[in-house]
Amino acid sequence: MRRNHPVIIAISYLTIAFLYLPLAGVAVFSVNAARRGLVWKGFSLKWYLKLFENEWILEAAWNTLLLAVISTIIATILGTILAIAMDRFPWRSRTSNFLDIILHIPVVIPDIILAASLVVAFGLLRLASSLFEPGLLNMIIGHITFQIAFVALVVRSRLVAIGREVEEAARDLFATNWYLLRKVILPLLMPGIIAGAMLAFTLSLDDFVISFFTAGPESQTLPLFIFAAVRRGVTPQIHALSTLIMLVTVVLVVLTERLTRHR
Amino acid sequence: MITWYGELTTRKRLLKRGSLLLLPGMLWLMLFLVLPGLVLVVVSVITRGAYGQLEWVFTLENYKRLAGFTLFGWTPDYLMILWRSVVVAFVTTLVSVILSYPLCFFIAARPERSRYMWLTLVIIPFWTNMVIRAYAWFLILAPEMPFARLAAVLGFIPDGAPLYPNAFAVYLGMVSMFLPFVTLPLYASVERLDWSLVEAAQDLYASRIRVLTQAILPQTMPGLSVGIILTFVPAMGMFVVPDLLGGAKYMLVGNLIQQQFGTSRDWPFGAAISMGLMVLTMIGLQIYRRKGKEIEVV
Repeated sequence: MRRNHPVIIAISYLTIAFLYLPLAGVAVFSVNAARRGLVWKGFSLKWYLKLFENEWILEAAWNTLLLAVISTIIATILGTILAIAMDRFPWRSRTSNFLDIILHIPVVIPDIILAASLVVAFGLLRLASSLFEPGLLNMIIGHITFQIAFVALVVRSRLVAIGREVEEAARDLFATNWYLLRKVILPLLMPGIIAGAMLAFTLSLDDFVISFFTAGPESQTLPLFIFAAVRRGVTPQIHALSTLIMLVTVVLVVLTERLTRHR
Repeated sequence: MITWYGELTTRKRLLKRGSLLLLPGMLWLMLFLVLPGLVLVVVSVITRGAYGQLEWVFTLENYKRLAGFTLFGWTPDYLMILWRSVVVAFVTTLVSVILSYPLCFFIAARPERSRYMWLTLVIIPFWTNMVIRAYAWFLILAPEMPFARLAAVLGFIPDGAPLYPNAFAVYLGMVSMFLPFVTLPLYASVERLDWSLVEAAQDLYASRIRVLTQAILPQTMPGLSVGIILTFVPAMGMFVVPDLLGGAKYMLVGNLIQQQFGTSRDWPFGAAISMGLMVLTMIGLQIYRRKGKEIEVV
């Protein structure tokens, strides 16, 4: 067992405290009875109950979920097919380098640039069709665009890990293309696909910038709602909403850990 | 005829099938990633109409404006914002790296059970929404909270003022935002560290600095690289943190871009700034890749 220098231990504790102190502050004030200001007026859960009466918040929560679910489903399908197409065919190295660069763009450019280019593109498309008015459809398209890349990268690393032996064996036993895909590749790939989908889902829930640039008045999400609310001043309801989202995050993280560690 | 994954077929036939599979995903990325990117480049060299509409008159005016040339002479305002963004992204990355090393060593030395707990403690902020985390700092630095009170007593800020908006608040927010982005990939490398090399260096009377730079750094380079890229790139384009904690006084390039697509409704200028950000990010990555290689060779 390797021992750590006390300085390292001290820095580590302080760093963790630094990460959690603000979050703890939000959680504490979410159960504060005071309506205004940051003075402690006793314990109360009323702000949490109020959340469920607030139509704006409920609608934002619904939009957030809808956006995440739809974009994740589409991105997972497209990303998985893309990963298989990129990994399992004898592309010339120039082609595969090109595909690789395209796939890495959303990972290595600041998301605000993707957001800006989508604003402009949707703005021009709007001249052709009112379908591209700022709103949920635009947000879904935006989310899928960055999710595809992440799903494809995760699934592809799984494809590489599987190797070719099992597929060769299936071929030797006269499996058809379709049978091979359905009974061999997809089942083996499932952990990768699930991991990719989970990553895509969380990225969508976490996204602020793409949504902020492409959202319309009818398509607020929770992060957008909080951002707008903070500029009007902090309220106990926002503390409660933020705390609730943090709790959901904690549950998701712990669940994912459990799921992936025991596989 | 070739054998590919056990299938006897021709290259041509395989590529035909592959192209078919490639089509949906690549078509999507072409339509909504590459094409909009190219449109952004084009829009950066056209003119904004009087009401914010696009006028297809080609001009380099947007770039001149970004470089500071106005009707009334030269001002460094926009260049300052770009430079500040580079500095903030750089310092954020550096501080995150400096704090991540001890944290990773600490976690790696925990017994297995508590190691997962500590790791989860880093993963949770990683996945917590950025708006919420920025907002949390907003709350903690409020005038009623102990930190602002202390600063007021010490005379740094007037009594009853919050500890934002200023550079200090932006740095606090940025580092706490991106620290997990360095820690997690770095940890993957630290966990696999070959300690016998470190011990060998120590046995040979290497100084602590040399142990760090020549035994530890090269071994942890893969994780560190991922962490640096994951931090530096989004930090360059960050706009939630500077918007909430920096205000108008400490604007970063992300805010400037957002302004052009929001209230100012000046898409061509916004596009030109985006190009500026793009170039800076690419330069940053390039310098890093070159320096990174040197470090690896050493």
